[in-house]
Amino acid sequence: MRSRATIQYALPSRILHWLMAAMVVVQLFIAAVMMASLAYYPLLLAIHKPLGIVILIFIVFRIGNLFLHRPPPAMSTMGPWERRFAKGSEILLYALLLIQPLIGWAMLSAAGGPLTIGPVQLPPIAPEQVGLFGLLRIFHSVAAYLLFLTFTAHLCAVLFHTVVLRDGLLSRMAPWTRRLTSGESDFTSSADSNPQPVTEGRGVSD
Amino acid sequence: MNEDTPPATPPSRKPVSRRRALIGLSAVGGIGAATIGGFGFARGALTPEKLTPARFADRFEHVFGRHEGFRRNHAKGLSATGYFTSNGAGAEVSTASVFRAGTYPVTGRFSLSGGLPCAPDTASVVRGLGLQFDLPHDEQWRTAMVNIPVFLDSTPQNFVDRLVASKTDPETGEPDQKKIRAYLDDHPETVAAMKIVRQHPPASGFENTTYRGLNAFGFTNEDGQTTPVRWMLVPEEPDGPEKPPQEQTSEDYLFENLVRASSAPLQWRLILTLGQPEDPTNDATKPWPDERRTIDVGTVTINSVQTEAPGNARDINFDPLVLPDGITPLDDPLPAARSSVYARSFARRSRETHHPSKIDAEAVRRA
Ligand code: HEM
Ligand code: HEM
Repeated sequence: MRSRATIQYALPSRILHWLMAAMVVVQLFIAAVMMASLAYYPLLLAIHKPLGIVILIFIVFRIGNLFLHRPPPAMSTMGPWERRFAKGSEILLYALLLIQPLIGWAMLSAAGGPLTIGPVQLPPIAPEQVGLFGLLRIFHSVAAYLLFLTFTAHLCAVLFHTVVLRDGLLSRMAPWTRRLTSGESDFTSSADSNPQPVTEGRGVSD
Repeated sequence: MNEDTPPATPPSRKPVSRRRALIGLSAVGGIGAATIGGFGFARGALTPEKLTPARFADRFEHVFGRHEGFRRNHAKGLSATGYFTSNGAGAEVSTASVFRAGTYPVTGRFSLSGGLPCAPDTASVVRGLGLQFDLPHDEQWRTAMVNIPVFLDSTPQNFVDRLVASKTDPETGEPDQKKIRAYLDDHPETVAAMKIVRQHPPASGFENTTYRGLNAFGFTNEDGQTTPVRWMLVPEEPDGPEKPPQEQTSEDYLFENLVRASSAPLQWRLILTLGQPEDPTNDATKPWPDERRTIDVGTVTINSVQTEAPGNARDINFDPLVLPDGITPLDDPLPAARSSVYARSFARRSRETHHPSKIDAEAVRRA
């Protein structure tokens, strides 16, 4: 039996995961409502910009945290392709969360004008040029929708493991520290379609 | 490959029955669909009747056509530069840096309302002036003003409805009077505003026009007191003859006269009108009483006008909510809506190919 530390993600990873999950979901929905509202556009944009910068700061910490706390090994309920897919979607999520706020910041730099984010005045990170703004504005939407779809796929995959396969995948990331249950010893006797241990791949569903 | 870390044991694993698997699968599908549907709903995709900023911009395109690279409204224009000399008197009502005595660069844009970049100039078309004040510490004040004394619509929805009702009928080349009358029958506030507009005939040119911000904003001073304020730019240039003869000779007479007039600096006084508690701040169709106190806070000088080009006023979004500290929006629904629709217009024109503007300042100067 493996120690609890390797079965669950490290505590800092779990805290970062749920904080960021909440911020990103709120960010996506704020942005959606903002784009559809004549009355609340300015207010929501005034939340969207600082929240986006906070997400940028968190993702930098989170990438640093990846090197401090390696994710636990993948679960045996995942086939090699599923692992590759899960891994790919995680890398995509990390990349999008890093790139998206940078696009937002660069886009507003290119538009010109004050980059006041809450109480802070950000420096421009791109030349003031309207064509560049137009291009980055398209990228910001494309990356946003890609992020939303990747998040939805990730959510469905975790739910599939949790409510269909009932393999306890979610508890690896649960904010509370998991207590070992008797269910664990049941594993070998369970009806697993792919019982051979797979030795490749590491973290999933971060 | 890392042999030393075998796959983790799933923590709890009970046999999965077919029934439970199906229920589970439908739950996963349901939650996935709800997430996507919820996002689409938030984005306005499931409520096509809702007036969103993008649909507002679409209405401009529906009425005026799509003209790549140009503003969806106030499409015909000319860039300008100059400075604002603040006399310090505005500090009484607002801590905004623009009211500290000093000189601040301004970039402006003179325009005619409507989404047609090549529409002929006529005296009755609403004239606009967008101004951007560049202030210390990277602050800016942007304002887009017009030459009418009150706005014609009290809400964004009314504005878009009136816009669509006055669309030119392609068969007659004229707006459909029946639709306009039907709209006016339902909107006494617009009828009242039009009456006030008629009492203030337009000046002979851009250079001697009074431009007004129309929307009221909150000005907060050092004592933390907030006063509702409307502002206007009053020209130093005297009004000219009522019917300029050039109207017949050139399609662009207003802009051409402006280019010629700008060979000498053009000046306007920036005047703040202070509202009283009973004055409406949420309805730009309602004038404030004439006897309201005003403060002359300084002079805007325009010393050069330029053909719209990359990097000049062409590429500025005169978003009325870009404000310095010390000025805040109040309860008027127009500024927020303007901010959202100007952003759509700006995003669209930024990614389109730009075509040369009708008004070529150099050509006018050479002629
Ligand atoms: C993870 C962070 C971010 C996410 C997920 C995100 C997501 C979005 C989404 C979904 C939209 C609406 C796109 C559309 O429907 O077309 C949007 C618009 C926008 N975002 Fe972000 N964004 C993020 C960060 C930022 C940052 C850091 C800034 C600026 C500092 C920013 C500035 C903007 C602006 C100005 C708009 C609206 C522009 C317009 O009206 O055309 N975003 N964002
Ligand atoms: C809900 C009401 C309004 C809507 C939806 C609206 C819409 C627009 C749009 C789409 C533009 C083009 C923006 C760009 O591409 O940069 C524009 C420009 C302009 N608007 Fe409005 N407008 C509204 C009310 C007003 C009011 C109340 C005023 C005057 C006080 C005004 C004055 C101007 C001026 C002067 C410009 C030209 C600015 C420039 O040169 O860029 N508008 N408007």
